[in-house]
Amino acid sequence: MNRLFHASVAENKQLIKNHYLLTLRPLENIKKPKPGNFFMVAVDNGLDPLLKRPISIHRWLDGDFQLLYRVAGKGTSILGGKKPGDILEILGPLGNGFPLNIKSENIILVAGGLGIAPIFALAELLRKRNPSLFCGARTKNEVLCTDELKDIGIDPVVATDDGSSGKKGNIVNVLKEHIKTSHVTDNILFACGPEPMLKALSTLAEKLNLQGYIALEQHMACGLGTCLGCVVKTTKGYKRVCKEGPVFPIEDILWE
Amino acid sequence: MAKKSIDLTVRIGKLKLKNPVMTASGTFGYGDEYAEFIDLNKLGAIVVKGLSLKPKEGNPPPRIVETPSGMLNAIGLQNIGINNFIKKKLPFLRQFNTPIIVNFFGDSIAEYVRAAEKLSASDGVSALEMNISCPNKQAGWSIFGTDPKVTSRIVTEVRKATDRTLIVKLSPNVTDIALMARVAEDAGADAVSLINTLTGMAIDIKTRRPKLANIVGGLSGPAVKPVAVRMVWQCYKAVQIPIIGMGGIVSPEDAIEFILAGASAVAVGTGNFIRPDITINIINGIRSFMETEGIKSINDLKGAVQC
Repeated sequence: MNRLFHASVAENKQLIKNHYLLTLRPLENIKKPKPGNFFMVAVDNGLDPLLKRPISIHRWLDGDFQLLYRVAGKGTSILGGKKPGDILEILGPLGNGFPLNIKSENIILVAGGLGIAPIFALAELLRKRNPSLFCGARTKNEVLCTDELKDIGIDPVVATDDGSSGKKGNIVNVLKEHIKTSHVTDNILFACGPEPMLKALSTLAEKLNLQGYIALEQHMACGLGTCLGCVVKTTKGYKRVCKEGPVFPIEDILWE
Repeated sequence: MAKKSIDLTVRIGKLKLKNPVMTASGTFGYGDEYAEFIDLNKLGAIVVKGLSLKPKEGNPPPRIVETPSGMLNAIGLQNIGINNFIKKKLPFLRQFNTPIIVNFFGDSIAEYVRAAEKLSASDGVSALEMNISCPNKQAGWSIFGTDPKVTSRIVTEVRKATDRTLIVKLSPNVTDIALMARVAEDAGADAVSLINTLTGMAIDIKTRRPKLANIVGGLSGPAVKPVAVRMVWQCYKAVQIPIIGMGGIVSPEDAIEFILAGASAVAVGTGNFIRPDITINIINGIRSFMETEGIKSINDLKGAVQC
C-alpha cells in the first residue's frame, strides 16, 4: 500500500459558494485513513502551484473517499475546476488522527465552518456513542453537511453569527451554556475550526478543566515531517502539524 | 546490458558516488521519512538537514509561503543537534550503501571547528558540507559567506579540523559567486555546492504584513533555477574543484542542464517536497537521456555547454 498514489475524480460537487465536496476513487490500494488524517493533493502536474495542498479526510466510502474544501487561492481554485475522470496525484493518509480510545461517555464535537470536514469523519465513526455535535457558521447556508449528518443520525446544535440558523452568536458560548446546564463532568472535546474559535475553546477547556483535542491547519510543503515548515508553538516546543499533528491535545497549544 | 555500459559514477573529493544525484540539505530530513518511498541505496549521496553543536528551536511560524514556481522558507535552522544526530539518526543511515554528507553550521568560527571535529570522529559520516549562509555572532550577525575574507578564514580553520571530504555550500546572495568559489578552493575546500536559497520576501496586501514571521526567507524551487545554472557556470570557469549544482531541480532535464553548466553532481531540494520519489525519477531519466543520446559517461556531459 503506497502512500503516494493516483486517484480519479468521481465527483467534484459545489455545495455553496467556494465550497466543494470532492469524491475520489484511488487507482491502487491505499491505507484507510483515520479521522483527523489528511492527504496532500497535487492540483495539477505543473510547477505553479508547486506544492501539494493538505486537505483532511472528510468521509471514507469503502475505498472511495471524500474531501471537503474551500477555494481560497490559486491551488484550490484549480482543484475546483476538476471534472469526473481527471486524475490527481495524492500523498497520504498523513499525520496523527484523533485519538480513538475514548473512555468518556460524553463526547462533544465542535466544528466551526469548514472544520466540519474532519469532525464529520469522527462523528460518523463515533455515532453509536451518541456524540453531541456543535456547529458554528457565519450564516445559514454555510452550515455544511446537514443532510449527511441526518444520514448518520446526528442532530447538531447550530449557531450562526447572524442568527439565520440555530442560535444567534458564537458556538463556543452555546457550548459553554450547554455544559453549565447539563451538569455532566467527564466531557471530552474534539474540535476543528478557525483559530479564534479554537482559542476560545481552549480558554473554556482550561476554565472547566475539560479534556480535549483539536485539529489544526497550517501551510505545508512536504506533509511528511521533513521541511519543518508547518510547526505550531506548543508547551513542548515547536511541533509539526503534519507529523505530531494535525491533532493536538488542546492544552498543549500556546496561542499567540 | 545497455544499463551496464552507462557510467554514472562521479567523484567529489574522496567520495565516489554511484550516480550524480544527491539530496539537498534541509529537504530530506535525516532520510528516515523517505525510506518508505524510495530505496535510499539508489541515491548518489544523502545530505542531511543542517546540524549545529546544540539543538536549535528554529523560527516562529509561519515559516513557509508558496510563491510562483517556488517557495520561501524561514525555518531558522531548526535541528536536533550533532549529538542527537549521531546517537539517534546515524545508525539508521549507516545501513545504506550510500555516502552520508552532513551539513553543519555554527554561529562562530570556533563552533564550526568543534562541529567539524565531532562529525569527523563519527563512523558513517562520509563528508561534511559547511553552510556558510548563516549569521556570524562575532561580526554583528553578518553572513559568513558573503565576505571573502571571513569565508577564507572559516574554511581554512575547518579544513585543519577534518580529513573528510569538505564541501563548502555557497550563498548566492553575493555580487560575485565565482570569487567566493575561488576563495573556498584556495582555503582547502574539496568541492563547492551551490546555490543556497536566495533571500526573498512576500507581503499579504490585505493585512500589510509579511507572509513570514521572520519577514524575509530563502527562495527555492524552479523559480531560482536559471540563476543557479548561471552561477554554476560562472564557478565552473573559476575553479578546478568539483561543483555540486542545485536550485530548482525537479526533472532529469533540469539536472542535465546543471551538469552541462559544469556541475559534477546535483542536489534535489524543494523537489523532494513535491514528490517524495522525485530523486529516483531523476536518476532514471538521466540514464535514459544518456542511452538515447549515446553518451557513455556522465563526466562527458560535465561543463559541455557550448558558448
